[in-house]
Amino acid sequence: MKEIIIDPITRLEGHGKIIIVLDDDGNAKRAYFQVPELRGFEKFAEGRAAEDMPIITPRICGVCPMAHHMASTKALDDLYKIDPPSAAKKIRELAYNVFMLEDHALHFYILAGPDFIVGPTAPKSERNVVGVIKKVGLEVGKRIIVTRKKLRDINTRLAGKVIHPVFGVPGGVSKPVSEDDAKEIRAIANEALDFAMFTLKAFKDLVLSKKEILDLIISEAYTHRTYYMGLVDDKNRVNFYDGKIKIVTPSGKEFAKFDVHEYQNYIQEHVEPWTYIKFPFIRQVGWKGFVDGEDSGIYCVAPLARLNVADGMATPLAQEAYEEMYEMLSGKPVHHTLAFHWARVIEMVYAAERIKELAEDPELTDKNVRVMPTSTPSIGIGVVEAPRGTLIHHYETDELGRIKRANLIVATQQNAARIALSVDKAAKSFVKRGIIDEGLLNMVEIAFRAYDPCHACGTHSLPGSMPFKIYLYNEDGKLLNVITREQ
Amino acid sequence: MSERVKVAFYWCASCGGCEEAVVDLAEKILDVINLVDIVFWPVAMDFKLEDVERMPDNSITVSFINGGIRLSEHEKVVKLLRQKSKLVVAFGACSSWGGIPGLANLYTREEILERAYLTTPTTHNPDKIIPGSKTEVEIDNTKIEVPVFLASLKPLDEVIDVDYYIPGCPPTPNVTWKALETLLSGNLPSKGSVLGASDRSLCDECPLNKTKPENVLIKEFKRIVNFNPEPNKCLLVQGLPCLGPVTRGGCGALCVNANMPCTGCFGPLSDVRDYGGKAISYLASILDLDNEEDIKRELSKIIDATGLVYKYYLPKSALKGKVGGSKS
Repeated sequence: MKEIIIDPITRLEGHGKIIIVLDDDGNAKRAYFQVPELRGFEKFAEGRAAEDMPIITPRICGVCPMAHHMASTKALDDLYKIDPPSAAKKIRELAYNVFMLEDHALHFYILAGPDFIVGPTAPKSERNVVGVIKKVGLEVGKRIIVTRKKLRDINTRLAGKVIHPVFGVPGGVSKPVSEDDAKEIRAIANEALDFAMFTLKAFKDLVLSKKEILDLIISEAYTHRTYYMGLVDDKNRVNFYDGKIKIVTPSGKEFAKFDVHEYQNYIQEHVEPWTYIKFPFIRQVGWKGFVDGEDSGIYCVAPLARLNVADGMATPLAQEAYEEMYEMLSGKPVHHTLAFHWARVIEMVYAAERIKELAEDPELTDKNVRVMPTSTPSIGIGVVEAPRGTLIHHYETDELGRIKRANLIVATQQNAARIALSVDKAAKSFVKRGIIDEGLLNMVEIAFRAYDPCHACGTHSLPGSMPFKIYLYNEDGKLLNVITREQ
Repeated sequence: MSERVKVAFYWCASCGGCEEAVVDLAEKILDVINLVDIVFWPVAMDFKLEDVERMPDNSITVSFINGGIRLSEHEKVVKLLRQKSKLVVAFGACSSWGGIPGLANLYTREEILERAYLTTPTTHNPDKIIPGSKTEVEIDNTKIEVPVFLASLKPLDEVIDVDYYIPGCPPTPNVTWKALETLLSGNLPSKGSVLGASDRSLCDECPLNKTKPENVLIKEFKRIVNFNPEPNKCLLVQGLPCLGPVTRGGCGALCVNANMPCTGCFGPLSDVRDYGGKAISYLASILDLDNEEDIKRELSKIIDATGLVYKYYLPKSALKGKVGGSKS
């Protein structure tokens, strides 16, 4: 028995691993994806004041703090059974779409960009953000930095802080939007939409025009037929801020559509002894191990999943881009992992169009932004679509609103099993008779990136390649060889 | 400068907000890259500890370390960085005092693991598997190492010697930039100094300070849950437990600008021994009540005093929580 360990830098504790076990012939038998990430939020939430949860939970992730802040705030609305005023919902949704746009932009240009804009087979020394800027030009490079900064400044205005927002309170937001703010936001909204459309065009020109990349996108190696989950509005269109949770089967049939209060009927989490991350799966289908298909409960979330479960986008330009993607990739659902990048760009267009709609809404500056709770708290559940997928916060409190129990279903976890599938497939394609092909490194790296496994992604900015090591062991556990992915 | 300044950046039990905070320097990032050589930054460069091991001792000019110490691996890396660095700076609330993940010290390691892997309602774990309870597990005849989840979370200076602190959750770009300027100026402040932030309380820079009387006196504490403070009036005067008076300034009162009270993420002023103790005694002192009974009753309306005054500070506090000070 031989074992290969790939040691990448991933999420929180900076040290995730991929372990590949070989059969006696030295061919890959099974792959494991290990994440050492535990800080105990579900436990130390106990005893806290419910209104502190929107302050506490963003510290789960500083790359997507707005997602946690919003899921938490919505759980508080539910805890106190209050429906916020219309203006408050619009302010929240505006801030939320601003966040989605800047976060997706960071991922597309800085993290994923090198793989596609520079090219998956380009020399490593060029596959980084500098290479991206070379391809798109310094002007564009500056534009990315400046647009992102302006968007983050909007959220400093709306939410108080951009990293770890504070504006969410039960029944609304902590302050209304001033006329000055609204004017500023309207000006930036136009810029943001131009930027999103520019990004879509760049994606088409630089990525879709290349046959070898299209072939890569639709290649079997990057294809997994799993279930998909995401929020949809009342017309079954993608919505980040609110809606019902919809699941479709690998063949695209609606499997379920439910209110978040029923989440426990559909989602369960499987535990493995060798990793701190839990693997969510669809309860009715069951955990069948790391395999895809109709009979396996593995599902996936995030941009591609959201587009796969929906009937379309709620804004015109995004809808056009949506139709184009499914036409080019011949039908729904799309199972190609690399199409995540395409879906992410389409979502950028939607976010920008939605920002513009909300920025121009006269109700945005309405002063009525809070409703006071009157009921006694007991259970509150909230859901949003984080950039990286469906995010659920569930609190139970005593009558004073002190947390007794908390359960969190975090976006990134829900793709952990599918990431393991990708790694598994990569291993089986590229590890033969104990020999590791260089292709494995590229493939694992590119698969990983597509999911945007929260965190390192957020700031993985200088030499845009994910470093990792492979340790090759023989059956006695003796180290034979170490291969390092260099920059 | 004759020799280039070498900088290392490392994260422990962090959320990535400190990394984002560095990226939020935006166009100034380019200036930073012109001024210094970044020799180690796992999030952005090949993570090679052996490279650091090969560096001569004291060859890194300054290491910025964010996040609290939660896993065995963190201890290992920060000790190595200490050995290789002239200066070590605790970057942000978590490495300075433990930060929000430090609230985990209210519970034991076993309680934390049990909640995560056994009792949450969606967990399906018939074999009662708890990761991290063993340092090595065997699957497919292969032994796989699992990092150890330590008994408690520790601030950085309980594991290694720390020269300077940059406060905030996360430090704001302004504060980060100022701290960098101080470090690059060659004119270093005394060891243990807090860099980049103000030496005065947050009230000093708060736009609502002009509405705060010399002596604040209130009859009762309010909760944001059922109270909507009016804008443009000191939140403390309105009865919300805002920690501005006992918290170091430097952030520009971001939360108060959003009409929300300060929660203390910039930590204590220099002369304070225990942030939470200082905060709770301040809150007691502004109650305009005559007898102790009434004061006690009013303070008990704060349903989670620990979470209020030790939100970022528990591992560093005199209280320590349930597991503080225990040996990992």
